[in-house]
Amino acid sequence: MILLRLAIRSLFSRRFTVGLTVFAIALSVALFLGVEKVRTGARTSFADTISGTDLIVGARTGGVQLLLYSVFRIGNATNNIGWDSYQQIAARPEVDWIVPISLGDSHRGFRVMGTSAEYFARYRYRGGRSLEFAKGAGLEDLFDTVIGADVARDLGYRIGDPIVVSHGLASFTEHDDKPFRVAGILQKTGTPVDRTVIVGLEAISAIHLDWKNGARSANPLSADEVRAMDLAPDSITAAMLGVKSRMQVFRLQRDINEFGAEPLLAILPGVALQELWQIVGVAESALVGVSAMVVATALLGMAAMIFAGLNERRREMAIFRSVGARPGVILGMLMLEALLIALAGALLGLALLYLGLVVARPWVDAAFGLYLPLTAPGRFEASWIGVIVLAGGLVGLFPAIRAYRMSLADGMTVRN
Amino acid sequence: MTASETGTENAIYMSGVEFAWSGTPRFQMSIAELAVPSGQTVFLLGESGSGKSTLLSLICGINQPSDGWIEVAGQDIVIMKGAARDRFRAEQIGVIFQMFNLLPYATALDNILLPLRFAPERRRRCPDGRGEALRLAEALGLPTALVERTQAAALSTGQQQRVAVARALIGQPQIIIADEPTSALDANAQTAFLDLLFEQVHQMGATLLLVSHDIRLAERFDRRLDIQDIAVVRRDTT
Repeated sequence: MILLRLAIRSLFSRRFTVGLTVFAIALSVALFLGVEKVRTGARTSFADTISGTDLIVGARTGGVQLLLYSVFRIGNATNNIGWDSYQQIAARPEVDWIVPISLGDSHRGFRVMGTSAEYFARYRYRGGRSLEFAKGAGLEDLFDTVIGADVARDLGYRIGDPIVVSHGLASFTEHDDKPFRVAGILQKTGTPVDRTVIVGLEAISAIHLDWKNGARSANPLSADEVRAMDLAPDSITAAMLGVKSRMQVFRLQRDINEFGAEPLLAILPGVALQELWQIVGVAESALVGVSAMVVATALLGMAAMIFAGLNERRREMAIFRSVGARPGVILGMLMLEALLIALAGALLGLALLYLGLVVARPWVDAAFGLYLPLTAPGRFEASWIGVIVLAGGLVGLFPAIRAYRMSLADGMTVRN
Repeated sequence: MTASETGTENAIYMSGVEFAWSGTPRFQMSIAELAVPSGQTVFLLGESGSGKSTLLSLICGINQPSDGWIEVAGQDIVIMKGAARDRFRAEQIGVIFQMFNLLPYATALDNILLPLRFAPERRRRCPDGRGEALRLAEALGLPTALVERTQAAALSTGQQQRVAVARALIGQPQIIIADEPTSALDANAQTAFLDLLFEQVHQMGATLLLVSHDIRLAERFDRRLDIQDIAVVRRDTT
């Protein structure tokens, strides 16, 4: 006990250099654990976004790309699916349910998605949870819209507010002749749905009926005129579907991929997600590797600090020797010192990480749609902190061995 | 010739000791014979560079002779293994240096208690280490509050030396070795310091070996020795 107390007091007496070293280790540990937190957070966030959907169907493209634009609203579709093809697929006996998705327009930076009413019943996230309304209800009227929690929060919308959809994703032309009305606001899901403006599939057709080649035509149609017309779309962006029996998934997938009328692609979301992880895995490993190197650098800095202080502390070691401490005790004391510094650094790093999480979480969520769960440090953090502290002790072995040699040579007298 | 053969019991006995320091400059020392009788106070006169530090290191078992006989408290310390020698030193010897005696960051109390950590026997002799440390400090004129709370670095030189004495005495080791303990003190403080040291050493019945270059301190000791009569030192600077 007295040795531990002395080690702590000794460190405290050098609090400026020790403090800087502890802080350097803390930053590196916070970075290292933070990278891991974001990495796993991103993975669960992605994996949680879609559940219960057996196949996603779109125009022929890459599997990852189809997944990204249809589910995560990242990137754009290169092509659409013809409405006829969609109906043919929907009519197949294996299909239990199918929900069309039509993307392409936006509202003040949020994507507008046209879909059917069944979307609200079929969409599942985070292990089978359904969408729930915080306020209002689903799509009743042609020009009704349901908005995600972030849309409502960021733009301050309430039930009944008008919404004007912009044409395309970044344009100044607006469908201002046919305004929508906020009919429902969804509860926060932590998925891209939060950042989506949902309208009926027919509404997407309705606002585009009098448009040609991306511009408003010379003789526009009024909202009431449009209501009387046939609003079946020509094409949609993608479709999510569920099959009656899991056994049929692969056959249906193959059939869709060999669809005669137009080139289509059907993907299993889980498989596409795995492909995505393989692609980003390299970058992730690089990131983890770099942050691990930062930790190693901080620990080496600690060893350098202890080394630099050794000469001034020869007198201290001589005192220990004179009262009967074996040279091994000197070795142990210096390793203990390194362990304590590493431990303090790791714990402070953990505190910094959580402080950072609390502060940055809303911002990360808003900017990247990445919902980082604020979970208590678990086995993962504990084991890495253990590894870092042990590594600190190991690195401390080098100055400790030098101190051991010095104290053997010096004995009780210091030649200086 | 062993302690029993000399007739009187010796706390420290050296004979035919040869020591060589292999570093630069090369340094060699021969000690024909040195006897410090048990329970006596012995003054050893030695200028700096006379080899007194080396002599003390040999007695404490921190440096090892290449040849000869060193007996401390009736035991041959030359044949002991390193760890056993460290343990033996912790148990039998209390050391006081001239300066920088204490761990500057530790409280005076922790400084006094430190030897007990390495000496189970001394710890057994004072089960209430803290109480004993405070009693010793009190006897040496150090107030309890000061000892408990003050870092050694914040004490005056005189206070530091008294803390060092308390540390050397705690748990009643048989031998107290002091290396120029008064050189940092002024004349009045030297006398007061030696009074306190002698009082405690006599109370314990311990053996005191004090090394100093200052012959004026020698009067009150039982025996006075000159290191020049005991040790021959050779230095090669090449």
